[in-house]
Amino acid sequence: MSHTTHGAIERPEIRHTSLWHQSVTIFRRNLIHIKRMPEMLLDVTIQPVMFVLLFAYVFGGAIAVSAPTGYREWLLGGIMGQTIAFASFVVAIGLTADIDKGIVDRFRSLPINPAAILVGRSMSSITHSFIGIIVMSLTGLVVGWRIRGSVLDALAAYGLLLLWGFAMVWVGILVGSAMRSVEAVNGVMFTTMFPLTFLSNAFAPPEAMGPVLRAIAEWNPISALVQAVRELWGNTGPAPADAHLPMQHPALFTVLWTVAITAVVAPLALKVFRNRTMQ
Amino acid sequence: MAHDHAIEAIDLVKEFGETRAVDGVSFAVPPGSVLGLLGPNGAGKTTTVRMMTTLTRPTRGTARVAGHDVLDDPAAVRRSMGLTGQSATVDELLTGRENLWLIGSLYGLDRRTIDRVAGELLERFSLTEAANRVVKTYSGGMRRRLDLAVSLVATPPVLFLDEPTTGLDPRSRVELWDVLRDLVEDGTTLLLTTQYLEEADQLADDIVVIDRGTVIAQGTPLQLKDASGKAALVVTVSRPDDLAAAVERVRGAGLEAHVEEAARRITAPADGLSDVTRIAALFDGGGIEIDDLGLQRPSLDDVFLHLTGHRADDVALDPDSDPGSDPRQDPSRAEVRA
Repeated sequence: MSHTTHGAIERPEIRHTSLWHQSVTIFRRNLIHIKRMPEMLLDVTIQPVMFVLLFAYVFGGAIAVSAPTGYREWLLGGIMGQTIAFASFVVAIGLTADIDKGIVDRFRSLPINPAAILVGRSMSSITHSFIGIIVMSLTGLVVGWRIRGSVLDALAAYGLLLLWGFAMVWVGILVGSAMRSVEAVNGVMFTTMFPLTFLSNAFAPPEAMGPVLRAIAEWNPISALVQAVRELWGNTGPAPADAHLPMQHPALFTVLWTVAITAVVAPLALKVFRNRTMQ
Repeated sequence: MAHDHAIEAIDLVKEFGETRAVDGVSFAVPPGSVLGLLGPNGAGKTTTVRMMTTLTRPTRGTARVAGHDVLDDPAAVRRSMGLTGQSATVDELLTGRENLWLIGSLYGLDRRTIDRVAGELLERFSLTEAANRVVKTYSGGMRRRLDLAVSLVATPPVLFLDEPTTGLDPRSRVELWDVLRDLVEDGTTLLLTTQYLEEADQLADDIVVIDRGTVIAQGTPLQLKDASGKAALVVTVSRPDDLAAAVERVRGAGLEAHVEEAARRITAPADGLSDVTRIAALFDGGGIEIDDLGLQRPSLDDVFLHLTGHRADDVALDPDSDPGSDPRQDPSRAEVRA
């Protein structure tokens, strides 16, 4: 028996490929999914747009903010923060579906680095969420949101959102590996991520909350991100002097939070993923 | 090649917490042959395949595929084998061609090779017309064929098939069998798990029966049937009136005859072909016309019942097996341990 031919069939040459090549292949496959099922993007398009409209025009009038540019402009940073926090949701749904349908097993039976499954999934989920960020930016421009800082600051804000997305990927891998079905992921994510994103400065200023709730909201990692992008875009002034520490140094805390979340969640997520798929 | 076997399971053990799903499974598959791994649901078939295909790490023991050890060199194992899982693991949102592109690209084949291989496989599995359709629109049989095609992108010398025809209608099943026979003709070594006794009977050169995680029998289909009980001599007379006289002749030859009047049939336990010729001689001339005379070996259903003490039909039973008719079996190849 020869390794290059057997019977009449010619065996194609299996070349060693890089993790990058493998990840990009899986990334492209995931993008085809989005192309074939554009409704997958509803969570980062129609849904946040509805939130923008709902808060800007329905609740907005009842929420007082100190920002000189008004609530609508202030709101946009919050919606963006929520959208990128939901990147974890996007990762988890995609990963659970792939594990459940045996696609992950098929990939693992190939001579590839299994990490490519997670890297490819992360790349497509970040893309997915960033499509949402772009849609939000355009919606924002329509309802009166403006970038009032420098170009560099504006880009830094988008950079922080991206960084945050990468931390959320690990949360998504953890949840996606631990849950047995897409329905379970939906259940867990809705009941945790919605309260988590609302219990922050995303939609209403923490200054107006009770002292305990305010402390929780201001220490909520999402609040640091939201405060940072608002400041960088010039949509709010600095946090009031009595605000908790993360609000005083929002950009720094955003970086710290992402490092902390990644350091804690990533090893756990990889362990759970390995246990789940090695069964 | 250092090893003579295409696939080798060496005392494989897999424990999940307290339960031992696979408990010391060993067998070997010569290159170019087909091994049927037979057993009821939950017997440990899938776990055994997952260990041999590097998807699950054995608790103890190991396996070799195309000479590569699953523990020492899993990457080499993955380069040498294809796997078709229990549920058709093709991507529903991709077209047939895109599925082949995806796997080809992950194997590191260059684009031109992928195009060529994909075209050949689509043609071979009668999927050319459906190549650019999303798999979601495929029938069950088409999905299975695509699944198999995807496993063959790199033309692996060893192919694992975990219940390849479960859920298929009889026609699609027979079609898939033909495809598998072609593969074997081309020199591919197959290991297939199945609950269908008929499938193992049709395709496998050797059969390993596992139940509750252990091998309870192995051998060729013929050997298993022989080991599970005696063959039966069956005589069918043409006229009902002759039945009594025929029974007397069979009993006169020292055989224990069992009569089914409605079917005009006499069944008697027999040792082998010598009994057939002996009885045939008795009916040669003598006025009793017979329609049929032959030796009936026990079916794999009987084998299963004999080995496990329960019928396979709490799983899935194929009634129309045609026992003992496959001429490809080579009885010298494996020993019967039952």
